[in-house]
Amino acid sequence: MCQSVFFVYICNMKNVFFTCRMKMADVIAANHNLILVMPRLGIPLGFGEQSVQEVCDRYKMPVDFVLLVFNVYTFDDYNPDGDGLNQTSLEHLVPYLMTSHKYYVNERLPHIEKHLTRVAQHAGERYGTILKNFFSNYEKEVLEHFASEERDVFPYLHQLLKGERDAHMVSNHFVDHHTDLVDKLTDLTQIVYKYLPGETMTEELNELVFGIMQLSSDLQKHAKLEEKVLMPYIAQLERSLQ
Amino acid sequence: MRLKINVLIAEPSDIIREGLMSLLGDEEFSFLAPMRDLSTDLPQRLPHIQPDILVMNPNLLQSPAKMNLAAIMQARPQMAVVALVYQYVEPNLLQSFKTVIDIREQGSKIPQILRECCQDGDDTADENYDLSERESEVLVLVAQGSSSKEIADKLNISIHTVNTHRKNITRKTGIKSVAGLAVYAMLHNLV
Repeated sequence: MCQSVFFVYICNMKNVFFTCRMKMADVIAANHNLILVMPRLGIPLGFGEQSVQEVCDRYKMPVDFVLLVFNVYTFDDYNPDGDGLNQTSLEHLVPYLMTSHKYYVNERLPHIEKHLTRVAQHAGERYGTILKNFFSNYEKEVLEHFASEERDVFPYLHQLLKGERDAHMVSNHFVDHHTDLVDKLTDLTQIVYKYLPGETMTEELNELVFGIMQLSSDLQKHAKLEEKVLMPYIAQLERSLQ
Repeated sequence: MRLKINVLIAEPSDIIREGLMSLLGDEEFSFLAPMRDLSTDLPQRLPHIQPDILVMNPNLLQSPAKMNLAAIMQARPQMAVVALVYQYVEPNLLQSFKTVIDIREQGSKIPQILRECCQDGDDTADENYDLSERESEVLVLVAQGSSSKEIADKLNISIHTVNTHRKNITRKTGIKSVAGLAVYAMLHNLV
């Protein structure tokens, strides 16, 4: 297929990102990582020649929300502004974020752990222990971060939507751990491919590094959705209830 | 007189290639025979043709793009590789380039962009990535959980100097988090 279909590269022009009239297949060809995102939006593969709009209609997802997610996951320069979204679309945000948490916890982290354990077994006791400790501390931190969002932030939004404002909970109290969580994953890849003895286990090492990079880039986009869409939305609701 | 900057352009479109060359002008830049695509023997040829800058359309890179780009960069490490972008390019790949020229960039700024990426190339060309003794000391204290303030007091240096050391440590090791640095220190038998 001609690459000119993907004449969508960036700059400050809003209309050069993915749009609802593009074919779903072209969107995926432009960024195949979206295949990992679609199940979390409740959209399976097998969409034939349908446009993004048609596919969304078929699975009863608001197209502007799906495009928001696709664009965030694809274009680093894309600055989502929640203002363009109506409330029905934003209702899908929290369920999407929760599904992503489950995906990270139940699929991505165990995948990394599996390969990390094998690498650790072959890296000698000293390296192995250091590696496993780093990862298990990281895992704990991620789980705690997700849990605190699910315990504090998401229900708070729900409360705000019902028109109740809790004086003790203000959005700017929510501490940002995102950068640190992403940095640590990047550090882990550096440690694995730069500083571990590399003669053995090439395939396992590769699986491990790719697994970590995949999770790291997914988490970055996830954080962007929370920071650029969820938090401004909460702040806006807070203002309207003052 | 200053030496001209040798530019090699790899871009399939005649319009864009010629346009870029005319924007750059031949006073400051000299152009090596431009390429419409990236031949597989480019890495072998680079040491002979000696470009200072390679401006390329990233879509010309054969898959796996990142690996092929790395091979090109390795063949001539002092050369700045610049992406010329007008189609979708995976952001991850773009990060590997020294800098990016977007097709919508103002014509008058492009020579400046290329000039700059040549200049800082000179500074980092033969940089030493081993930690200095002082940096190792700071690293150990960071790994043990000391704050910058505590490290400054302990080593009797200013907090500003500590932060400079920390930045250099991160630049050299590629590791940002305290936990990551602790692992680095352990793997290198520093703690």
